[in-house]
Amino acid sequence: MTTVAEGIQYEPVIGLEVHAQMLTESKAFCACSTQFGRKANHNVCPVCLGMPGVLPVLNKKLVEFIVLMGLATNCSITSRSIFARKNYFYPDLPKGYQISQYEEPICRNGFVEIDLPDGNRKKIGITRIHMEEDAGKSIHDQDEDTLIDINRCGVPLIEIVSEPDIRSAREAYLYLSKIKQIVTYLGICDGNMEEGSLRCDANVSVRKTGDEQFGTKTEVKNLNSFRYVEKALEYEIHRQIDLLESADHVVQETLLWDADNGIVVPMRSKEEAHDYRYFPDPDLVPVVVDEPWIAGIRERLPELPTERRDRFIEEYELPRYDADVLTVTRDLADYYEAALQPVKDGKEKSYKAVSNWVMGDVLRVANERAIEMDQFPISPEYIGELVTLIEDGTISGKIAKDVFEIMLEEQKSPAVIIQEKGMKQVSDTSEIEPVVQEILGKYPDQVAEYRGGKTKVLGFFVGQVMRATKGKANPQIVNDLIKKSLDAE
Amino acid sequence: MKVTIKDVEYIAKLARLEYSDEEKKTFTKQFNTILEYIDKLNELNTDDIEPLSHVIELSNVVREDEVKQSLPVEEVLKNAPSKTDTFFKVPKVIGGT
Repeated sequence: MTTVAEGIQYEPVIGLEVHAQMLTESKAFCACSTQFGRKANHNVCPVCLGMPGVLPVLNKKLVEFIVLMGLATNCSITSRSIFARKNYFYPDLPKGYQISQYEEPICRNGFVEIDLPDGNRKKIGITRIHMEEDAGKSIHDQDEDTLIDINRCGVPLIEIVSEPDIRSAREAYLYLSKIKQIVTYLGICDGNMEEGSLRCDANVSVRKTGDEQFGTKTEVKNLNSFRYVEKALEYEIHRQIDLLESADHVVQETLLWDADNGIVVPMRSKEEAHDYRYFPDPDLVPVVVDEPWIAGIRERLPELPTERRDRFIEEYELPRYDADVLTVTRDLADYYEAALQPVKDGKEKSYKAVSNWVMGDVLRVANERAIEMDQFPISPEYIGELVTLIEDGTISGKIAKDVFEIMLEEQKSPAVIIQEKGMKQVSDTSEIEPVVQEILGKYPDQVAEYRGGKTKVLGFFVGQVMRATKGKANPQIVNDLIKKSLDAE
Repeated sequence: MKVTIKDVEYIAKLARLEYSDEEKKTFTKQFNTILEYIDKLNELNTDDIEPLSHVIELSNVVREDEVKQSLPVEEVLKNAPSKTDTFFKVPKVIGGT
């Protein structure tokens, strides 16, 4: 038995397998709909049911989507790839095998970059990305028997397998967030983990820092929300370190994350007794992706999240935090850039002001109402206009908040609203001066205080004038006029 | 490599099939005959030959991403020995994968 010296540092080694459901209209190998939430077994045909004599035919869009993902993650695209049968017996897989790719996956040797909390950027390698089909759904808790719904059978998935480059639960979270960001930017997956459009399994081991060799790994399944991924991995890393610290050893096994109890539990050995017996699927001919096809797909590649974030920092001189928040989703980044249109020739001050509005009031309302940016009631150009109206002194920042609230209800431009409601800021001194005099006349005690040296009461006077003008007076001018009056006498 | 009755039992188990001892013996013999036959191929020198996954020289048989009518649910469930509502019903599967 070896004893473990005090103060030994351990390093986790993590690789993730991420399944992403593709946003095609029809299934991977037949023309049934992929629509979610249909009544059980209503999106089903003889191909889904694995009837004898049927012939699966590949959905062209699945190939285009996975190549898009491969290009976005710096993979090399295999010019000729084939499908394999992965054999296992389970009632929600009527054919008795899943169509997948084994020996010649379509994408290989890529990487994504994640931004670490310390500001450094780290490359996480991608071993492979391959195409496969989903299985059906088994429901165990609604009947004394198990109920089977085949609707999801054949829905196209891609599986993204990372290199064991991840060194902490936090990095795993950042990597997964990056994958989600990329698939949603590409528009190939909705990225919703809770609904199962994005699923994650992790291979975890720990080793003493500095060791070359990997420790014994476990596979943790069921990481079905972003919150759980980090929590489950933290748990598993500590469980393994505790085992090693107590001179015990890690058993290679498959574990299930039990979210209710916050622990991992071993899957029964019977359940993992898989012998998949992969072999090339004779029903499906090879997929050949030639250069012209790849070039055509490459043209559809949008600006990716990291590039866009870097450009926001460079072009709009935004702080990194703003650029991160604004590029989290493509819709939000698009919204921000559309909002910039009215201030395009403005200075970085306006870019930052628009950023503040989008990150502040716009996101607040979107979150409160739980809506996506494409459903946001205010068109982005109006946010840009609102900022220009503040900057040219037409309205104050305070009135702008009111205009914003009105815009949420009425689909009108801020200029129209200001016109209709008479919210224009008053900067004309001849209009403000009488109000100033009236207020000063009304509060002789405070005037005396000010002149006695208690200049802080200036704020009180400004407040009173603003109130008397219903917030419409230009606060800077009000301030100047009051000061001038009080200091004059 | 010779196939034993254990191999046959293992393969049957993976397919969730049950056989009598008599049948298992027959399969063991048959499996061995098949493998011996296939073994003949190992006598060929295949050093410069690309592995063949399909005998037909075709590639990219694809369809456009268009939805067509699925099977009516009555047809889907027609062969099911047991069903409830529009679900297939199978004996309780303990745990999940």
